[in-house]
Amino acid sequence: MERTVLKYPFGEPHRMLLDPMYAHVQEHEPLARVQMPYGEPAWLVTRYADVRAVLGDARFSRAFGRDEPRTVPHANDGGLFSMDPPGHTRIRALVAKAFTVRRVEQLRERTERLADRLVDEMVASGPPLDLVEQFAVPFPVTVMCELLGVPVADRRRFGKWASVIVSTTLSPEKAAEYRARLGLYMRKLVDQRRREPTDADLLGALVQARDNDDRLSEPELMHLSTTLLSVGFETTSAEIPNFVYLLLTEPALRQRLVDEPALLPSAVEEMLRFSPIAAFAMFPRYATVDVELPSGPVRAGEAVLVHTAAANRDPRVFAEPDVIDPGRTPNPHLAFGHGVHHCLGGPLARMELRTMLATLLRHLPGLRLAVTEEEIPWKKRQLIRGPEALPVTW
Amino acid sequence: MEEAATDPRTGGSTGDVVIPRWRLSVDAAACEGSGCCAGIAPSHFRLEEWISTPINEIVSPDDAVLAAAETCPAEAIRVVDASTGAPVNQ
Repeated sequence: MERTVLKYPFGEPHRMLLDPMYAHVQEHEPLARVQMPYGEPAWLVTRYADVRAVLGDARFSRAFGRDEPRTVPHANDGGLFSMDPPGHTRIRALVAKAFTVRRVEQLRERTERLADRLVDEMVASGPPLDLVEQFAVPFPVTVMCELLGVPVADRRRFGKWASVIVSTTLSPEKAAEYRARLGLYMRKLVDQRRREPTDADLLGALVQARDNDDRLSEPELMHLSTTLLSVGFETTSAEIPNFVYLLLTEPALRQRLVDEPALLPSAVEEMLRFSPIAAFAMFPRYATVDVELPSGPVRAGEAVLVHTAAANRDPRVFAEPDVIDPGRTPNPHLAFGHGVHHCLGGPLARMELRTMLATLLRHLPGLRLAVTEEEIPWKKRQLIRGPEALPVTW
Repeated sequence: MEEAATDPRTGGSTGDVVIPRWRLSVDAAACEGSGCCAGIAPSHFRLEEWISTPINEIVSPDDAVLAAAETCPAEAIRVVDASTGAPVNQ
């Protein structure tokens, strides 16, 4: 049977809209055949039930070594994200404790003070200013640096290199250079922790796990440290402007949060559901055996791409999915993924987003855009969506 | 399935069966439905609607169960000795 193979990604994202092709395939082709610029063709899965099934089913593998569908010529080494249990579990278990709900709660007070300080500095600078530069980037970066034990003062240096995680435009040479520089930088920090062992920060704890307990190899230690640094803030620093953009362009939503502060955690979940932070589906899974998904069969060896942003708008699960309802309950969104690769930083991201919103709403009640909506520049050709800059005033 | 075991203290056979068993539970209120457990230990955990639940409450010792408890972002999984109730440590 002839199947149309769709070119994927469907197109350049526009602000926070989900490409209409997703709604189309979700309705008419729940298992759609797609071809990315590089790599083999794959199934694109967009219905909630199928996405959740793929992510949660141990018969789907993330292990490296295939010609993965992708947008860049070089192979993506996802580190932890390209591993399967039990190897994956071994490494994940080492860091999981640092990111649990309970552990993250212990960081909340300090994080609130950091948010307050950043806002104080914004106020001292005076409006207008770029919220991305003055808050959205330094806030999660500082939290992650303190968690890891990386000097915050270095953030402009490693920030440039860390962009390799989310850029689709860096040449293979440049990407390799940035990775190498990031690796060298982390190498210095790891060596320092070897000379002066500590378990006061996560990096120190990981070095000890390596040296004292042989729980991970040296390459695994280096890769994990580098990944934690980069991915730890690239996503949250994009989501913050997405959330603020929603608040500043949806007055009814903002007013509800002002009137009902207890709604804030639920509003964060709803904005996580609504904001399509991933520009397109990536990191395919491979069926290790024939699998019957709710919408149809996948044969052993076939690649499957899932788009959680599309699943988060599935009307089969979310009534009026394109409406932001801050009180939506239940809200089983897949913004943090699902299954063994469920975002490690989920609890931390939640805490940061709640803190950010509460602080901005409380301290800058007059916050508004300093430009028109049309003038906001959005990230282009990156794996992560969001405003490149968000000029605000108050 | 119970069978007669060797007493680990004396090496002799014993009528008393000494097979370690663990009791699993998931705190449904804490569970966030991440699916980490069902991915790591699919024979032990299943998500019903959005909440994880043990497939069997009493199980033989299994590293995968401990791994699931260790990686749960909500720390919602409890593993205890089925006869004494003492927590099983990783």
